[in-house]
Amino acid sequence: MKKPQLLIGLIALVVLLAGPPFLKNYGIYLVSYWLVFVLANMGLNLTVGYAGQKSLGHAAFFGIGAYTVAILMKAGFSFWLGLPVAAVGCFVIGLALGFPALRVQTIYLAFATLGFNTAVWLVMRNEEWLTGGTFGINNVARPGFFGLSLDSNLSYYYFVLGVTLLMGLLLWGLLRSPWGKAFTALRDNPIRAESLGVNIQAYTLLSFAIGAVYAGVAGALFASLVQFIEPAPFTVAASIMMYLMVVVGGPGYFFGPLLGSAVGVLLPEWLRFAQAWYLFVFGASVIVLMLWLPDGLLSIPDRIKARRLSREASAARTAAAKSIGAAA
Amino acid sequence: MNKRQFIVSALGLVCASFALGASAQTIKIASLQELSGTGATVGNNFKNGMDLAIKEINAAGGILGKKIEVTHADTQSNPGVAKGLAQKAVDDNVFAVFGPGFSGSILVSMSETKRAEIPNFTGGEAASVTQQNNPYIFRTSFGQATSMPKVARYIAQNLKAKTVAVIFVNNDFGKGGRDSVTKALEASGAKVIADISTDAGQVDFSSPVLKAKQSNADVIFVYTNEEESARALRELRKQGVSKPIVGETVLTSQKVIELAGDAANGAVAHVGLTTDAPIPNMRAFRTKFEKEYKYIPDHNGIKGYTSVYVMKAGLEKAGKVDRAAFTKAMHGLQVSAAKEPGVILDVSYDDKGDLDRESFLTEVKDGKQVVKETLPALGKK
Amino acid sequence: MTDFLQLFLSGMATGSIYAVAALGFTLLWQASGTINFAQGEFVMLPAFIMLGFNAIGAPLLVSFVLTCGVAVLVLGWGFKRGIADPLLRFGMMPIVVATIGLAIAMRSGVRAGFSAEAHPFPSLFADKLFNIAGVTVTLADVGTLALSLLLVLGTQAFLAKTVTGRAMQAVAQNTDSATVLGINVPRMIFYTFAVNALLACAAALLVTPTYLAKFDMGESLGNKAFFAAIIGGFNNSRGALLGGLIVGVCENLAAAYISPTYKDAVALVIFMLVILFKPQGLLGKKAERKV
Repeated sequence: MKKPQLLIGLIALVVLLAGPPFLKNYGIYLVSYWLVFVLANMGLNLTVGYAGQKSLGHAAFFGIGAYTVAILMKAGFSFWLGLPVAAVGCFVIGLALGFPALRVQTIYLAFATLGFNTAVWLVMRNEEWLTGGTFGINNVARPGFFGLSLDSNLSYYYFVLGVTLLMGLLLWGLLRSPWGKAFTALRDNPIRAESLGVNIQAYTLLSFAIGAVYAGVAGALFASLVQFIEPAPFTVAASIMMYLMVVVGGPGYFFGPLLGSAVGVLLPEWLRFAQAWYLFVFGASVIVLMLWLPDGLLSIPDRIKARRLSREASAARTAAAKSIGAAA
Repeated sequence: MNKRQFIVSALGLVCASFALGASAQTIKIASLQELSGTGATVGNNFKNGMDLAIKEINAAGGILGKKIEVTHADTQSNPGVAKGLAQKAVDDNVFAVFGPGFSGSILVSMSETKRAEIPNFTGGEAASVTQQNNPYIFRTSFGQATSMPKVARYIAQNLKAKTVAVIFVNNDFGKGGRDSVTKALEASGAKVIADISTDAGQVDFSSPVLKAKQSNADVIFVYTNEEESARALRELRKQGVSKPIVGETVLTSQKVIELAGDAANGAVAHVGLTTDAPIPNMRAFRTKFEKEYKYIPDHNGIKGYTSVYVMKAGLEKAGKVDRAAFTKAMHGLQVSAAKEPGVILDVSYDDKGDLDRESFLTEVKDGKQVVKETLPALGKK
Repeated sequence: MTDFLQLFLSGMATGSIYAVAALGFTLLWQASGTINFAQGEFVMLPAFIMLGFNAIGAPLLVSFVLTCGVAVLVLGWGFKRGIADPLLRFGMMPIVVATIGLAIAMRSGVRAGFSAEAHPFPSLFADKLFNIAGVTVTLADVGTLALSLLLVLGTQAFLAKTVTGRAMQAVAQNTDSATVLGINVPRMIFYTFAVNALLACAAALLVTPTYLAKFDMGESLGNKAFFAAIIGGFNNSRGALLGGLIVGVCENLAAAYISPTYKDAVALVIFMLVILFKPQGLLGKKAERKV
């Protein structure tokens, strides 16, 4: 990691650790909510940003994770059983979803994942015996951690922060490894990658599966955060919002999900002062943001660098032209 | 302590006392409403009703000498958001919370207000709302457990029906209603022979109506939201269904009549609150509302308006702006419309937060909602 | 049997509505690679504009013509210059997200600026019922189906038989060659956007009497339009019609004979099958992959 990035990362970490005790209940709840989405979007960033796939069904995995934990806890099992079951379940289902990706491209893949999301949502809504249907599952408890209760908003926040940091480090390691390079090769030019010996089928499936695991874990955390699970947060519209968060933050940039989730979760909150127009302002801001920064918010440093380089290049050209002109 | 510290802390104390003094001058209430999403009609009407009542009360000097201060927040018809907003209201240390109106949302947000022991008024009609052991919840309209038996009695006795087809919307409002009406009908001697689920936002009703027709039931009971009810009525007329169509509150509401046009004629519904009731207080309210907002309110508007006046009555009975005293005063409260015209109809509350009031049987005739019969409060017999 | 026919015919009417919305969507994709997630809102906005013109006294058809003009300007030219042109060269992601933002903005703008409630919309057709062999059809059902068919076939004919239409097709198939041949590519692309806007207006006129004008009417309509477009074939305009009809009819039949709670799943299953086995759609042609 370069020096300035490391510094920013450390400052962010300090703020995240020390800041929340100064916030009131609602503020802490909001920050936890934001972190959960950061985690889910890290997975989507892998699938969409690094591996170049089109996934509009991410909220389905988010929901599967949440319901797994909620149902298991209601049946009396511990959160610590629910969490790994959610993760493994999402991995398997993510692999299965990857298969259509092998057959169809871009826009068709996007709609296939959208179809998957709708199907999952339908099951969540209709199968009342399992999921509680539209009534949902209420009073999901917060887990205990080696005897410490995580009931209060603040302690649960630190737990979510811990999990997010851990998963973030795992992702960081993954992306720096040869696997990470294989993913970006898949995104940039799959045919060339295949000719170089990268098994694009396996990596396509994996990009979906790993992305799904992140969403599943995030969903599990979400269940105990909101303590009430119903189908509404897991619709296609939610998937589309997650996609928006990843692209706005900067697909393919590691910290993209942090900014993107902030835009998606925190911005509507800050805009509440605009009363009835707050969603309109939000939608308009997204459009403006895309027009200004089509590669996402985190592309700003790259753009500044590119502009500086091009200025230097044209200055060099002018100087060279002058010297040639002088010589002639 | 040096001079600077002394001045700063003195200023601080002065400011704090001002702030304390200022807050004691108003009654802060938080309003969580569905201002967008599927509940937009419900939330917006409730909000408008509340604002009208608050304006009137403040103009007349407030409650116990204090003005009401309200902040409205949009739950986006999303229970998760509602829960968060409830937490925010708790942080803001409000006196009472109004809303959300959607049964799904109030069931979730009320765990926050219950924990903080803050009185919570709601228009949500699901029966389970007052079954959560929450002493701080107060309804602003009948629960389904109170209204459905009245409808069932009408269907079984007045219409002499033996079989009923139920078309309901697949969400907690519709399913709760379907469960309550099925139970009430069995108790009254009629049987539900067709149980037809529809989606919120459903456009094509040819299949549900066909199923109802095929079942050959004596009566068709429709329990969906506004737009869907209009579409159902249209389809029922299109397929030539001549059996009586009965509903609860929504079916004969102003909006449905507007959207369904001629197809609404002949529909009958039990209604807890209607602006067409032949009562002077109701007429007065309707005129005031129309003047202020330029449209005729639906039952949600009435709920919003009367709930603020109920709070006023409860506070006046308690004698002080104190949540515990207020809650105690509310249980067993009886407000007469003669003394407090803002509640429009006589109303009484029990210790669970349920209310009892007279209600109306309405029918749509020539594009207008007409009150056929006034049904007395259950307590009055 | 009459029941089946009843459901089938109602489904055709609903489906033809999806088809018209899907058609513009398909055209836009073909001509410029724009995925418009705000397509549903593109139908919602003209509906409200028409209501607005109605309210100041214009009769329905006059409002329609006026709205078409406004739509071509705002949803055609404005959309192209404001969003599509700057973003197209950055690949699909930015434009997808921008149209998502546009959809949110349009929806919330109408809600905040106009009204959160549903409004009735006057129907083109008189309120008449026909009874054919035990099946009840409204004049609106038949009229909608007929008009949608006309629109689709008309658009098809325009694209295939007129010079402008063929130029638009050329641009869709190979932009570079089209430029070389002297075709004014930006103008052709603008025409495509304009046609999309006009189709959306027509859809609004046909749909809103049943859907009722509400700020969120675009959401479900947009979704169904996507499904219809894919099932029928993204590369083919006639496919949009077939796709829409399939979605409409299957929903009704599924609700009656399989399960009302899973009726959306039927359209979904067809959709997934089509994607897996015939990704170019039932009527589409296979697009070659560029290396």
